[in-house]
Amino acid sequence: MYTFSNNLKIGSFIAMAVGLICLATGFLTAPSTVEEAKAMVAPHGDDHGHGEHAGEGGGHSTAVFDGDNEVHASGDEHAEGHGASHDEHLLHQLQNRPWAALYVAAFFFFMIALGVLAFYAIQRAAQAGWSPLLFRVMEGITAYLVPGGIIVFVILLLSVLHMNHMFVWMDADTVANDALLQGKKGYLDPTFFLIRALVFLGGWIFYREYSRRLSLAQDDSDNNSNFVKNFRWSAAFLVFYLVTESMMSWDWIMSLDPHWFSTLFGWYVFASMFVSGITTIAIVTVYLKSKGYLTEVNDSHIHDLAKFMFGISIFWTYLWFAQFMLIWYANIPEEVTYYVARFQDYKLPFFGMLAMNFIFPLLVLMNSDYKRINWFVIMTGIVVLFGHYLDIFNMVMPATVGDQWSLGVPEIGGILFFGGLFTFWVFTALSKAPLQPKRNPFLEESRQFHY
Amino acid sequence: MASTTFKAIYDDDDVLMHAVKKIRAEKYHIEEVYTPFPVHGLDKAMGLPHTRLAITAFMYGCLGLTVSIVMMNYIMIEDWPQDIGGKPSFSYLENMPAFVPIMFELTVFFAAHLMVITFYLRSRMWPFKEAENPDVRTTDDHFLVEVEVGNDEEALKQLLLETGAVEVHVPKKK
Repeated sequence: MYTFSNNLKIGSFIAMAVGLICLATGFLTAPSTVEEAKAMVAPHGDDHGHGEHAGEGGGHSTAVFDGDNEVHASGDEHAEGHGASHDEHLLHQLQNRPWAALYVAAFFFFMIALGVLAFYAIQRAAQAGWSPLLFRVMEGITAYLVPGGIIVFVILLLSVLHMNHMFVWMDADTVANDALLQGKKGYLDPTFFLIRALVFLGGWIFYREYSRRLSLAQDDSDNNSNFVKNFRWSAAFLVFYLVTESMMSWDWIMSLDPHWFSTLFGWYVFASMFVSGITTIAIVTVYLKSKGYLTEVNDSHIHDLAKFMFGISIFWTYLWFAQFMLIWYANIPEEVTYYVARFQDYKLPFFGMLAMNFIFPLLVLMNSDYKRINWFVIMTGIVVLFGHYLDIFNMVMPATVGDQWSLGVPEIGGILFFGGLFTFWVFTALSKAPLQPKRNPFLEESRQFHY
Repeated sequence: MASTTFKAIYDDDDVLMHAVKKIRAEKYHIEEVYTPFPVHGLDKAMGLPHTRLAITAFMYGCLGLTVSIVMMNYIMIEDWPQDIGGKPSFSYLENMPAFVPIMFELTVFFAAHLMVITFYLRSRMWPFKEAENPDVRTTDDHFLVEVEVGNDEEALKQLLLETGAVEVHVPKKK
């Protein structure tokens, strides 16, 4: 049995407390009136390139890519109300910033648990022989699905209740003035949106809890019926997951830019969560091994996880590029705005993410021997995880805060708070059951696994 | 000195693996093992050094990447400038996304083909080459181990038979 070490527990509490303070600071310093918003931006104008674009085209060239202004641009009163609407738009962006910081971090850590759940279900459905020794680690990480899912749902609920302006399509006036959004009204309906979120979360959490119960029951059982049941449920779950994960990515992320769409967006988000999840499995496993647990897990298991980290990083890049190249090539204005906004205002996170998620793992994890060095996998994993945080950052921020982004107090607070909560929850769950399954039929194969 | 070797024939890969480990433990030098299919872990049991083929693959990949960049720059930008996707900038960097598939394909093409060719040459295999394997049954269902003869021929013969060899071929005395 694993006992949650006190240092780690205290560390996670401190991270949560500091994160909470940072997030609260973010919310308290957000402007509440247009005047405050203008005053905040005036001295900082040049920092974010806002000033220089304002010089070129009266602020229009950048603003047109953000949710709110897109809407105004297609309305009729565009010309006369531009100045005022621009100021109000700025206010919304600044008010969105702590919300978006909260949302990105909440979603990122939730997505890790969901990615691990998919990986776990694949191992179950494939009846993989190498991985049963890691099942308890995976089950521990997926325990975060419950609090993480609830928090994301609450944020979405508050968005529907107009506590923030992240999802522009939730605003009835905006929809009334926008032909494209009226066309999508049936699907992008706040009530339907929440019902969908409940169905997705309910299905995922049900599978997680049920599979965990079967997995624990198998330990004390005298036949393989629990194992077989788990296999069947996992296969069924994967079908459910592939559909709902895709829809979730349209709902929770793609609808932030409601005019824009990409047909492989679901896959792209999946690749990101999959590689983050596998990386987290590797990090937690190496950590537990370093504390003297999981003695049967050998370097070959770590090697295999690192191979997945390498492979899925390449897969992520493939999808990222497939999505980018078609839009870049076709150069259709309504599609290309998505990337123009990122190229103009998000140069550092956008290209930094590519370096961290593609070039770095490609070069560093290519060598077979490096994948077996435990601390090396941890160091690489941290870079990959931060890279995928930036990936979500780049998906959410341009639509919600536009060029007013920063990696400042609220963003770091979000990472700290959810990182602390994630650590606390995962390691508490790990301490609740023996770290090694007892009666999995493939246990011996996993124990003998060598490369 | 051209060393003389005993040729021990086995009919099971598990027996072969144990035999190889035992022969090495007794400090005999194994020249070569011929098998009809790849035996997992045999390279480690024989104590062969790690393959350097992966390093050559990396270098060939870099070569392929370079060739593709130079080639596309010459064809599409310099020699006959192309208007790519309605963006006539005639700059390699700005049109780079269009060339990425070619860069990727040529990297893989160079790495894969040159690696296979390197592997064949390193294994001394080329067209019309006479087969080197000493017993034709190693292409069907038998495994053959060549062991360098030390000072005591009889002891080696006994050892090989003990490890489960179905046949031991002793070279003729000159």
